[in-house]
Amino acid sequence: MKPVVVQPGAPGKPTKTLPPSTKGTLPPLSQADVEFMQEMIMHHAQAVEMTALIASHTENKELRTLGARISRSQSDEIKFMQRWLAARGEPISMSSSSTGMAATHGMNMSNRSHGAAHLMPGMLTPEQMEALRKANATEFDRLFLTGMVQHHNGALTMVKNLFDTAGAGQDAELFNFATDVDTGQRAEIRIMEGMLEKKSPEETNEEKR
Amino acid sequence: MNKVANTALCDVVFSLLVAALFLCFGVSRAHARAQAQTPATPSAQQSADKDKATKVDADKQKDDDKEDANPFAPEPAPALPPGMTGSDPNDPRATLAPGLSDAGEAAMGLKHLRLLKKPDAFQLGASGPDDPKVEKAISQLGIGNIASKIPKEMHLAIAQLGFANSDLAFQGSHLFQGNFYGMNIFDISDPANAKLLASMVCPGGQGDVSVYKNLMFMSVEMPNGRLDCGVQGFPPEAPPPADQEADKDKPKEKKEHIPAAQKERFRGVRIFDVSDIRNPKQVAAVQTCRGSHTHTLVLDPNDKDNVYIYVSGTSFVRQPEELPGCSGEKPDKDPNTALFRIDVIKVPLAAPQDAKIVSNPRIFIDPRTGAMNGLNNGGTHGKKGAEKPRDTDQCHDITVYSAIGLAAGACSGNGIILDVKDPVHPKRLDAVNDPNYSYWHSASFSNDGSKVVFTDEWGGGLGARCRANDPNKWGADAIFRLKDDKLSFASYYKMPAAQGDTENCVAHNGSLVPVPGRDIEVQAWYQGGVSVMDFTDPEHPFEIAYFDRGPIDPKMLVLGGDWSAYWYNGYIYASEIARGLDVFEFTPTKFLTQNEIDAAKTVHVSEENVQNQQKIVWPANLVVAKAYLDQLERSQALPAEQIASLRNAIQSAEGAHLNKSKVAKLETLAPALAKSASTATSLADSSRLRALAAILKHPSM
Repeated sequence: MKPVVVQPGAPGKPTKTLPPSTKGTLPPLSQADVEFMQEMIMHHAQAVEMTALIASHTENKELRTLGARISRSQSDEIKFMQRWLAARGEPISMSSSSTGMAATHGMNMSNRSHGAAHLMPGMLTPEQMEALRKANATEFDRLFLTGMVQHHNGALTMVKNLFDTAGAGQDAELFNFATDVDTGQRAEIRIMEGMLEKKSPEETNEEKR
Repeated sequence: MNKVANTALCDVVFSLLVAALFLCFGVSRAHARAQAQTPATPSAQQSADKDKATKVDADKQKDDDKEDANPFAPEPAPALPPGMTGSDPNDPRATLAPGLSDAGEAAMGLKHLRLLKKPDAFQLGASGPDDPKVEKAISQLGIGNIASKIPKEMHLAIAQLGFANSDLAFQGSHLFQGNFYGMNIFDISDPANAKLLASMVCPGGQGDVSVYKNLMFMSVEMPNGRLDCGVQGFPPEAPPPADQEADKDKPKEKKEHIPAAQKERFRGVRIFDVSDIRNPKQVAAVQTCRGSHTHTLVLDPNDKDNVYIYVSGTSFVRQPEELPGCSGEKPDKDPNTALFRIDVIKVPLAAPQDAKIVSNPRIFIDPRTGAMNGLNNGGTHGKKGAEKPRDTDQCHDITVYSAIGLAAGACSGNGIILDVKDPVHPKRLDAVNDPNYSYWHSASFSNDGSKVVFTDEWGGGLGARCRANDPNKWGADAIFRLKDDKLSFASYYKMPAAQGDTENCVAHNGSLVPVPGRDIEVQAWYQGGVSVMDFTDPEHPFEIAYFDRGPIDPKMLVLGGDWSAYWYNGYIYASEIARGLDVFEFTPTKFLTQNEIDAAKTVHVSEENVQNQQKIVWPANLVVAKAYLDQLERSQALPAEQIASLRNAIQSAEGAHLNKSKVAKLETLAPALAKSASTATSLADSSRLRALAAILKHPSM
């Protein structure tokens, strides 16, 4: 007996027999998928840029460990997103010319994106980035944590927007990735909120000393 | 050194390619935008971009080499953290030749019987290997110069997650292999010549599967899932009208989204009638807010008219416009949030079309405060001091062991134990966490319920996590003792062989192997292959058999490897994500004797859904007795002469077809064994001695 290829119908409806020559087809790729990846590359790049400040701006061990992990996972994910785009013949950069060039050329672009109107949800404004660069020790810690919580919440918004867009998120790799981003960043937000809560009373003590 | 030079060259080539890529795509889009916006002339825009590109290139050449490196090139493993040990680079599995269909293989204690390739209906057909689109993508990967050496079928494997094989279920002579695209059903009446019976097209990922009598259950979580099993998914949103194009630069959060609610969308658990195995019919589709990443079939020993399905959802919560009542809010904002719960579906066997959700147990609740987010991953062992909180709001997988009334849940930040005597209202009894654990993924009980093996899917299965420099406490199994409903940590087990940096590898799904007298699990490790582990002594687990292939590709990580490896009625079946279905059988080694293999084969079940764990019961026959004897010899629990005389007695009883006098002789040997049992140094040996004595008193063949 030769194997059959069948396709069930909706519940209660009959099952169709398909020709033996049937091949798989994938759901349509949506422009929203491509833009999600391109924008998330930019978005992640700012997190990497923020974590790069940690070494020179604070001695807080807990923050250093957290920063190392964020930096590592976001860099890994940038690579994954570049791979996803390249494998589908899509440009790695944003379509917007002002920010696109910088995005193509690595992660350090948001300091060059001064004045660029196109910030992803949650991304720190040039003013916020400047304030972070100027801060030190506990003030840096506070700005970093509040900034990164804001930043990560933006990623959750981006994932939500993606799945709220008709026809988006149907690519399996992208679906798995976006789901991982959502659970991963949600977890990191909880960690950072915990650090901020713990920080508040101690901070005043340290400043008095 | 040679390799380093090549890689550097590749990077440069790739940088150029990326730049070219940008100039082609970026500029043509800028062009289109410029036309829409009118003021800027395309040529000015283009030259400005070029200038910028040159400048940036000059400024940041070194960084860019690193950052723009071929995204397909594998990431070298970072150094091991202090105090950690990694995997063994000298294992024969560490250096196998690559290939999709012709990779090198290494095995110990396992014989590979068959590989059934993934059926054509589950291969990307729209763009065959010769499709120019595939070639174009490949040439853009920065591997253009080596692309010609990569087999064409490989080119296709790159974007094949949409057709990934997933979990397995068994019934009689049928094997059900889930897939992100549907289901394949095989005839395994002759395992070495297993045959495909039917390919059922019904996409929606990940296709986790269970089977009970005439019903087959299947998990769906992705947005392309349709009630009618259509492959078309849903059409993308129409591009914005030209007059709105100018607003494109405003922040995205202000963008109005058209609700994506779709009545035809399906995310949840499908139920099929498989009375006609070659023509499954969908009888019900139970929608859930988060879809179903995995599910677990639950049988109530006191209720023969219904079965239950525990639904573990890990994905996004859909809009209430699509499924009323769904909310993804935090618990303090919405007490009815779809987070922090599992869903329980009741399936009336006489009317499966009436299946519906009957409860949403809040199994993460804090019993003192009533807060539904009562669990976090603050370490309870290994590390002292408070860990960072991390709310556990989902289970990834739940294994139910109805025979002991318990379930073990692997729930993102925690491993938990549930009382499931009332299947509709499971209650949490214990929860643990682990500082070395990243993502609690799955669980299995030892047959006597005294141990639980949890797995950590560090990196989600997409990453290379078994490299020589990856800690062997990360992405490993964690074995816990279970006593009085409390878990206590015993040890870690990780497949010991180092894997390459293009092999996705981490602990994944496994099942018990019914060797009497021992706790043995066969387990899938993605491209780390199949590893069989003995955890009889939970503090000292060790490997007793394995099978592994080389990476699908040596230059880039292509998702593949074993999703699940399960024992079923004498054979091991492994679901290979990219390659197909593998069938194995054990061969004897010093770690596992022929008698032990034969004894495992005496156990027959009519159905197997691994996460609905069944109690293994061995027949009281002489095949099993010989397995115990081999184990007692191995552990030196009895003097050699006693073992020899027991073997002789068993052999002559077998030769005489258990005639009366031989049976009487066997019976006389039993009391001494029972006596030794009380003085044996290990619990395992005393159990073996008692079990052996019991068989000798009432033997069968």
